[in-house]
Amino acid sequence: MSSEQHPPDASDEDDHEQTEESFPRMQAEKQKVKTKLENGEGIGWDGQSLRGQFEDLEERTEQTGHYAGFEKLSLKDENPIEYEQMFAQLRGELVNARETSKEVAATPIVEQEGELCYGLFTPEGDSIAISTGIIVHIHTMSEAIKYMINHDYEESPGIEPGDIFVNNDTHVGNVHPCDIATLIPIFHEGELIAWAGGVNHVIDTGAVGPGSMNVSQASRFGDGAYYTARKIGEDLEIYNSWKNDFPDKTRTPDFLKLDERTRMTGCLMIRNAVNALIDDYGIEKFKQLSREAIEDGRRGFRSRIQKTMLPGTYRGASFVDALYEGQDNLSRAYASENHLMHAPSELHVREDGSFQVSFEGANKWGWHPYNCTPAAIQGGIWVMLTQTVIPNKLVNDGAYYSCDFHLPEGSWANTQNTETAHAYAWHFLVSAWAPLWQHLSRGYFSRGFREEINSGNANTSNWLQGGGIDQFDKLHAVNSFEAACEGTGARYVEDGEPHAAAIWNPEGDSGDAEVWEMTEPLPFLGRNVKPNTGGAGRRTGGAGFESMRTVKDVSRWLLYEMGNGYMSSDSGLFGGYPAASGYILNAQDTDLKERFENGEDFPQSDLDPESGDFESKIDGDITRRPEGISTPKEFDDYDMYLNYLRGGSGLGDPMEREPKKVVEDIHDGYVLPRHAKDAYAVVVNKVDDEAKHNSAVQGEWELDEEATEELRQERMQERKERAQPVSEWYEDERLRIRDDEDLIEDVKKTYESSMRMSKQFTEFYHEFWDLPDDFRFSLSEDAEKSLENRFKTGKKRKWKNPTKSHETWLGVGRDDEPEVPYTWNNERSIQDLSGPDASFETPSRGKAADDD
Amino acid sequence: MPESYPREIIEDLVDDNLEWNELHNMMSDFKDADRFEQVRDVLQERVDWDDPIVIPYADHLYVVAKSEDRWVIKCDCGHEFCEHDKNWKHDALINVRDTEEEYLEIYPEDMHPHPDYMELREYFCPGCRTLLEVTNVMPGYPIIHEFEPDIETFYEDWIDKPIPTPETQSA
Repeated sequence: MSSEQHPPDASDEDDHEQTEESFPRMQAEKQKVKTKLENGEGIGWDGQSLRGQFEDLEERTEQTGHYAGFEKLSLKDENPIEYEQMFAQLRGELVNARETSKEVAATPIVEQEGELCYGLFTPEGDSIAISTGIIVHIHTMSEAIKYMINHDYEESPGIEPGDIFVNNDTHVGNVHPCDIATLIPIFHEGELIAWAGGVNHVIDTGAVGPGSMNVSQASRFGDGAYYTARKIGEDLEIYNSWKNDFPDKTRTPDFLKLDERTRMTGCLMIRNAVNALIDDYGIEKFKQLSREAIEDGRRGFRSRIQKTMLPGTYRGASFVDALYEGQDNLSRAYASENHLMHAPSELHVREDGSFQVSFEGANKWGWHPYNCTPAAIQGGIWVMLTQTVIPNKLVNDGAYYSCDFHLPEGSWANTQNTETAHAYAWHFLVSAWAPLWQHLSRGYFSRGFREEINSGNANTSNWLQGGGIDQFDKLHAVNSFEAACEGTGARYVEDGEPHAAAIWNPEGDSGDAEVWEMTEPLPFLGRNVKPNTGGAGRRTGGAGFESMRTVKDVSRWLLYEMGNGYMSSDSGLFGGYPAASGYILNAQDTDLKERFENGEDFPQSDLDPESGDFESKIDGDITRRPEGISTPKEFDDYDMYLNYLRGGSGLGDPMEREPKKVVEDIHDGYVLPRHAKDAYAVVVNKVDDEAKHNSAVQGEWELDEEATEELRQERMQERKERAQPVSEWYEDERLRIRDDEDLIEDVKKTYESSMRMSKQFTEFYHEFWDLPDDFRFSLSEDAEKSLENRFKTGKKRKWKNPTKSHETWLGVGRDDEPEVPYTWNNERSIQDLSGPDASFETPSRGKAADDD
Repeated sequence: MPESYPREIIEDLVDDNLEWNELHNMMSDFKDADRFEQVRDVLQERVDWDDPIVIPYADHLYVVAKSEDRWVIKCDCGHEFCEHDKNWKHDALINVRDTEEEYLEIYPEDMHPHPDYMELREYFCPGCRTLLEVTNVMPGYPIIHEFEPDIETFYEDWIDKPIPTPETQSA
């Protein structure tokens, strides 16, 4: 329909001049849908049911090897300017929706950190275009739409013009329940033509503990409120039942109400933009664009991979700790045990430029809130790819159609059990994708694209969370999003960015201290760059930072920590070291009040945990321990809490770092002087106690070039003396493992868990260490019981009725594909990789796609 | 879209002489089609040996052609590790940091992994003792073979060039 054919009142609606009960365009659409349904037609295109249309799309995609059967991009090829104009208009409006609507929000999480994003989706749920922001959720929203289609929402509760849906269920399409999505269908002439969706991170989900990502629950029942792809309104009006329901399921109802208005604002702006685009170009061109953009994105991804990577197999492994043994306030006694995440990461870049990502060997899920669903993993990896492989506007589900995921069922990466807890799935997710950065970087290195190489990202913690009765005598919860600002991994060509962003939000920020203080009863005593947080290397990882907080005007107030402690989740690259791990520092029953009154010194930082500086400036009950997680504990006025945000990992041999840069690091507050010698073999001398540089707190230092040269020569000699041939080390290590010596129970339990999950990992482990076939680590009765308990729990699936291709969630790769090969065993040949015929078509050549 | 950067820019990239704004432009810009060949040629000039570089494999490491059908992983110091599809780490020197004392050389107290839970494996070149890789793994973890490039597919199908051999190199 052209713009001239619209009913005269349609433009009124777009100009926001309608009366409250009008929305005439929506009402007219509703009538058309009603007529179609009465005639036995569906809301899909040409009268199809939505599920029928979805199945048809899957079939055409499978048969042709092109998204929706689009072997030609006729709009793009024949009228490239118009194609670009249309896509740019959509993209611009999505960004506009985010920038405008976030001003509606009340929480600094959205307004300061930008924890918000929008997407425009096809009727079948594939993303066409996206805004900026926390774009991990573009794909999770896609899953939520597919869930609704696969579970016959068209029939009940119905999908009609003006309907409003909400989802935060991780098993439907989310990372963790504190990210709430609003989805509205967009209709034209009685057909569903698109979905607008928006997600933001809310401050409290009503979990068993306060904050958006509580850590003390064992199962879903402590995660907080789950809203499973629920219709919450029609005629663009929210139901009373919803208005009266959700505010009591959170400690921060006002924030959630405003967050909802934010998402609705953005979705309606997107709906208006789509209507305007159809008015300008016609519905057929819009439909064409929505298909072509995804096929274009799919081709662009592969083309980019073929331009910048090498085909072959890439492997890595990452780990992170979740220590619960002896923690207080756990919701179940059986949750009192330590968990370690094991994420073996295998990437096959196939001849056609497509990806196969496998986590075969991942260990079992646990009674902790760090479990993941496929939507979380796929969304998480997708957001990472958008920052490396496809750092451009053409980011959509085309990239998803170029990736196959193997996420072992029953592992932490794919629990397939709705009893599991997921409140901070990111703890495992962020840690698990760390090797993927390195896979890509190894490919970039071989191709010569040194400017793209990055050693990894930070473990995005600590999470300062808690709640109670706040400074306004109201029930409140907090979740400091200072964690959106971490050091980044070192680049090949430059150091990592210090205190910059978080991988899940490329536009992250630490937020203004003053704004946090308005919403949190936790005044800042100091905020500083934290030394030695970035990994050492020729290029250093970006430094993290720390905030020293106190507590003021609260009652029954709880706080807790969340992050890595006993393990570094991010590796260094090419000789660089991993980023530092976390620790906990609190002080309770302090004399801070007296110190304020007497004008005495008080701690504003903990720059060097070994210095004793903190302890010398405060009296009280001080907790300093090297773990990263604590469960909610009571804090009172003038207690203190260190919020330490992590750094990124390093790259290259630290002995290759220019000595003068190490001096600069000291002056910038990135490196403690004693580590100049230990980590970099650089000799520095203090020349002045007064610091002359902005960030320096350790005084003024200068380089001793001669001594440095001498020390570096000595250090090279030391390396020879300290190191041994790997073959010798292997023999000692093999005996240690075979004889089951030394390894602690938490480690052995993790291996056992992976072995019980994976025959392939077991064989690999046995073969590598030349162990007998019946080798098993001996475990304590408690550890055996824990594994047995979880393995016997079985599965409780959320998806009851998936369409054919959506079984990728449940199994290995798309079901028209062979299983993702397991290639860790030494004997294999790289020629065993599945060929390009297995997935989609052979790559087109000789024509540059718009991929950069 | 630059099809190709001038040779001197690629030399500066390899020699770490580019300014940040130049690197930033390079990151933001389209990817040049002949980067691999250009970087490979510059690296070939920089190394002190004659074996043709098949691919740069990792920092300091290359896959080089010893004959038409034999490729090995070689350090820029000249040390040769193993066949290209084997794990070079098995032929390296290793130092494992698995005590608090050893961790404290690199990290402040409480800011390093717990030695019972994670160890740092430092792999050095036996020839020049450069630190080539550090992996952080649970004690008892197998040595990870990080990268197995499919060189044939890359040359034959992706860039449509002959794989360098000692004969073509000297020709």
